[in-house]
Amino acid sequence: MPMMLASFLSGLIFGAGLLISGMTQPEKVLGFLDIFGAWDATLAFVMAGAVAVTSLGFALAKRRGTPVLTAKLQWPTRSDIDAPLVMGAALFGAGWGLVGLCPGPALVNLAGFGLPIIVFVVAMAAGMLGNDLWRDRRVSPGVAEGAAITPRADG
Amino acid sequence: MHNLTAFSGLFGGALIGLATAMLMLLTGRIAGISGIFGGLLPLRSSERGWRLAFIAGLIAAPLLAALGGMSLPNPTMPASLAVIAIGGLLVGFGSRMGSGCTSGHGVCGTARLSTRSIAATAIFMLVAIVVVAIVRHGIGG
Repeated sequence: MPMMLASFLSGLIFGAGLLISGMTQPEKVLGFLDIFGAWDATLAFVMAGAVAVTSLGFALAKRRGTPVLTAKLQWPTRSDIDAPLVMGAALFGAGWGLVGLCPGPALVNLAGFGLPIIVFVVAMAAGMLGNDLWRDRRVSPGVAEGAAITPRADG
Repeated sequence: MHNLTAFSGLFGGALIGLATAMLMLLTGRIAGISGIFGGLLPLRSSERGWRLAFIAGLIAAPLLAALGGMSLPNPTMPASLAVIAIGGLLVGFGSRMGSGCTSGHGVCGTARLSTRSIAATAIFMLVAIVVVAIVRHGIGG
């Protein structure tokens, strides 16, 4: 139960941060990406604030050694730059630039329950499922179900 | 630069950092939204409890703000549902294939100084800038 409460509160604060920073509005995000238009630098300030506080928190977590509520700090372990990372980041960037939404802001916006945002989140889930299915097929042709569960290394 | 909202950006960003730091300090988990959401889907379902709680928190934020008198979010999106669906598919497929999105790679990975995450962040930023240039200004398209 404490784990659930901690996760809920973390999600709540994360969502509040996205709302306050303006990052739930696709036009603010697209304004940052539009370097040939009326450039809006806000996203850089959001990233700076988020990365600075995260660095402090992560340093503290490393010094403590273990998390408060569970046995182990689950740091991502991979450091290689492989083809799926590069291709995946490029495809993600294309979708992000097309609509101005990434997963966090999309889920926060779901609270408004508008048709466009529902379409986006359903398509996003379908895209994720599609990738999982495609990976299973590639790893073991014919035996897709339950095969080769790749750990989500980075987040 | 007339649209810049530096202070609320920095403050909101700090809150995102606080949430991320808190999740690691308390539960030992990385606050990567695509990873948290993706882990709720049928094929890679694991640890559904805390994942659902985190996503519920994300959605509760604007609902609580609405109780305080703010209006519910109503994002400006492309007029065509087909374009929205293609964008969503790309965001979902790409974040899963690349093991992360703006939060997992952009915030957490950059804070850890992970070369893998910094490379992913540079790539998705660059591609998004090119796509916006093509869509809005017809450059190269």
